[in-house]
Amino acid sequence: MTGTVIIDSGGANLASLQFAFERLGAAARVSADAREIAAAERVVLPGVGSAVDAMRRLRGADLAQLIPTLTQPVLGICLGMQLLFESSAEGATDCLAILPGAVHRLEASARRPVPHMGWNRLASLTNDPLLAGVGPEAYFYFVHSYAAAPGPFTLAPVEYGGPLSAVVRRKNFWGVQFHPERSAASGARVLENFLGL
Amino acid sequence: MRDGQVVKGVRFRDHRVVGDIMTLAQRYRDEGADELVFYDITASPQGRSVDRSWVRRVARVLDIPFCVAGGIRSVADAEAVLNAGAEKISVNSPALADPGLIDALSRRFGAQCVVVGIDSQLTAEGYRAYQFTGDPARTRESGRDVLEWVREAQARGAGEIVLNCMGSDGVRRGYDIEQLHTVRAACHVPLVASGGAGAIEHFTAAFRDAGVDAALAASVFHDGVIAIPQLKRALRAAGIEVRP
Repeated sequence: MTGTVIIDSGGANLASLQFAFERLGAAARVSADAREIAAAERVVLPGVGSAVDAMRRLRGADLAQLIPTLTQPVLGICLGMQLLFESSAEGATDCLAILPGAVHRLEASARRPVPHMGWNRLASLTNDPLLAGVGPEAYFYFVHSYAAAPGPFTLAPVEYGGPLSAVVRRKNFWGVQFHPERSAASGARVLENFLGL
Repeated sequence: MRDGQVVKGVRFRDHRVVGDIMTLAQRYRDEGADELVFYDITASPQGRSVDRSWVRRVARVLDIPFCVAGGIRSVADAEAVLNAGAEKISVNSPALADPGLIDALSRRFGAQCVVVGIDSQLTAEGYRAYQFTGDPARTRESGRDVLEWVREAQARGAGEIVLNCMGSDGVRRGYDIEQLHTVRAACHVPLVASGGAGAIEHFTAAFRDAGVDAALAASVFHDGVIAIPQLKRALRAAGIEVRP
């Protein structure tokens, strides 16, 4: 077992995530190699870009079959969290189906632009080691146009014209809709908690 | 940003050096800025792209989102900046010259990465978008109506609009609330007010009266006229939700 591996799903902007782990004194390698990912102590599934592109790349690298079988802690971030669900409206694609439910597009309204972009608090918090030390006053940086409705695996929702899943967990799979690597001290706390899982 | 240093002008002219990029980035991070925007104002006019060495250095120390603007003319330019650790890229003059750039960037990186900056000024024909505003000698009116450009940019996949009201830039007499309010009505993506902040009540007015999602300022922070913690306390007291 070797350290933390960030899955290279082909999107840009993996550096900010690597730097965030670096600031916590932990090295994280970027890899698309199935053996390296399977052997990692912890796995991060990031994602910038669209669900349909990310799934195509995961399938192409034989990772779509591997990821649901992983037993070490896995953290999906933003699009990476959405990929844990059964399907996404973004490109009408099947996803990893680790969590039940579908990801839908957010609808813009007069006082609620889309993307949901900016700092927001979690509406309520379930006790979980990933959220240790995270209180209702903590703000996180969100930027997304698609979202999952709260379900049985939602640890904390965020309010944006209604409740959306902000933190989810099923067994060893966690997902956060916000960007912990860009969420100042509260985000660092979540990443630190993840490193301790 | 100009030649590796942070500079600020008045109405987009007469820029002076205000400090070192890393020093200012860390200072604003520690004071509670919610996002930083780096404009390389020398980039577009000189026909070159941003010097990216500082993007990685900034990304290493910043734990808040930041956006890079200046001379991004292609998907490859944007990819380099995002790969270096920036959260978003902002396009202005190159998007006016080739609006298809917005579509290409949005397809590749998602709308949430793609900010369209608009430098707007009131003319006899109404609000017009300006190009090459980093260099007074080359600044010119693009021929585009601002409201039409706002609608087109969104249709092409912009995820955020930053409206720089040139007439109020750097003079600290307040944001152009009327113009922002007009643009707000046409804008269903996040809208950022820019240009003119001089006092705390200017920020309050931008949020309350123009309904913007964020307010951007430079001079008042660079010169220490307003401290970010003080500004945030005042906004909260006025009933505007902000991160402490």
